[in-house]
Amino acid sequence: MTQRQILIGKTVAHALCLIPALDLVRMYRNGSLVAQADPVNFITHFTGDWALWILLASLAITPLCCLSQGVGWQGLNGLVRFRRMVGLYAFFYATLHLLTYVLLFSGYNVPAAFAALEAGRLLEPWRQLQMIWPTILDDVQKRRFIQVGFAAWLILLMLAATSPRRVLKAIGGRNWQRLHRLVYLAGALACVHYWWLVKTGVRTPWKLTAVLTVLLGIRAAFGMRKRNSIPPDRRKKENREATGVLT
Amino acid sequence: MLLLTRRETEIPSSEITPKATYEAFELNRRQLMKGLSAAGVAMALTQKARAELKIDDLVATQYMVPDRATTPEQMAKSYNNFYEFGEEKSDPAKHAHTLVTYPWNVKVEGLVAKPRTFEFGELFHLQPMQQRVYRFRCVEAWSMVIPWDGFPLSELIKLVEPLPKAKFVQFLSLENRKEEILPFGIPWPYSEGLRMDEAMHPLTLLTFGSYGETLANQQGAPVRVIVPWKYGFKSPKSIVKIKFVEHMPPTTWNELAPNEYGFYSNVNPQVDHPRWSQAHERLLNAYTLFPKVVPTLMFNGYSDQVASMYAGMNLRKDF
Repeated sequence: MTQRQILIGKTVAHALCLIPALDLVRMYRNGSLVAQADPVNFITHFTGDWALWILLASLAITPLCCLSQGVGWQGLNGLVRFRRMVGLYAFFYATLHLLTYVLLFSGYNVPAAFAALEAGRLLEPWRQLQMIWPTILDDVQKRRFIQVGFAAWLILLMLAATSPRRVLKAIGGRNWQRLHRLVYLAGALACVHYWWLVKTGVRTPWKLTAVLTVLLGIRAAFGMRKRNSIPPDRRKKENREATGVLT
Repeated sequence: MLLLTRRETEIPSSEITPKATYEAFELNRRQLMKGLSAAGVAMALTQKARAELKIDDLVATQYMVPDRATTPEQMAKSYNNFYEFGEEKSDPAKHAHTLVTYPWNVKVEGLVAKPRTFEFGELFHLQPMQQRVYRFRCVEAWSMVIPWDGFPLSELIKLVEPLPKAKFVQFLSLENRKEEILPFGIPWPYSEGLRMDEAMHPLTLLTFGSYGETLANQQGAPVRVIVPWKYGFKSPKSIVKIKFVEHMPPTTWNELAPNEYGFYSNVNPQVDHPRWSQAHERLLNAYTLFPKVVPTLMFNGYSDQVASMYAGMNLRKDF
């Protein structure tokens, strides 16, 4: 890939990933967000849905490359360069999702916090957080759908924190790759989070689940094929080379 | 009551063609234009009969919610759980226009001395329509404040004379694949139930309208029941059958997830839903990005009127 192609590709990827966030800002500014009966519910689902879809998009990149190589086409190989960036956007939306829960869902008094800030009482936002803290703690202790959702976010946080090139070099490609395989676990946990949230009889999460299953299936199939095709003494070397692609 | 001052240019009311006469004329004219086809006449008559079922003389009542603002009408009519028309809360307002609410019959059967089928108009005119503003608490931890129009369900129950053996009342909603989506995964028709004393309670309202108008389709037109001290799903919509039975009837959400939705499902801040707390609710009564989160009240604030019915019961077990 030429520098120019990479630049164009990255610009397009940024633009695509930012569309949902910009759409939310647009809905806020033109009043259509507040014109809804329950904007909090809407924002919660909106940010949650996009976090998951973008996470799936990042998971889809490697299988796409594998499949296109399988049919002898190298045109999609360059996509791997955008994988980390797409993953970071998934973390961005997951964080918005978590913030929606903390600031809008749990009873945090945002207008009061803002008013106090304007009046110069700088500790009020913190005091507000202390007031809702027992509710949040109670939720995290009691509700398994919140536990798995939070676990998924913690994984994404860890991957985001270790995403800079410096960190990769510091911990080594092999370790980094191992750590970043946790992204599959995050995807699975996020799906479980969704299923445990909806009412019995409601099947809204089925599309996400189907896509995730297919992606994991492809990954597993390629993983197995690769393992079988490489003699044991060569595996170590191959892995080292593979990590080169992943950076 | 509204007193309007008349401007001089206005036509004296004596000269205005009575609305009924005009409507009759208009209907006749349309019928003629349709070539007096039998179907056309029947349809026109249906429309006329339906149009006459308007809520006009509402009796004001003491049932108010003074400490909470009423939910804007448009909000209450655009955010509904009515799974027959889809799983999203915006779905019913989008899809429920296909519901045919007239003609409509409600069959009352089971352990009663006088089982009968009520034609909708008959039911509508059974009692003077009362306006009651009730808190409405969804099991999903949001709430509204809605003025409902109707009369106590007990008035209907008295008419059919339940037998002493009748201990529960079951309500069945419309199940019609031509008019409804009926998503896969939920056993249709929607079924709800009340204990006899709950059904007879003066708060339990046989509801035909809200905000002074007949119910919007997405609210469960043309007739539903409102039980204000229970979670919203205990207030069934678009009722076609009322059955008096001896044993606790199967109810839809309870059958789907018995650990999440009890038969009683009284609003109770102390008994959590397995997946969320019921101690608070998001009060949806203003267009804002930051709705108030308020403490949920025991029996949705109707303790003084209903708590005695559950004296001695373990409300954690019989949630």
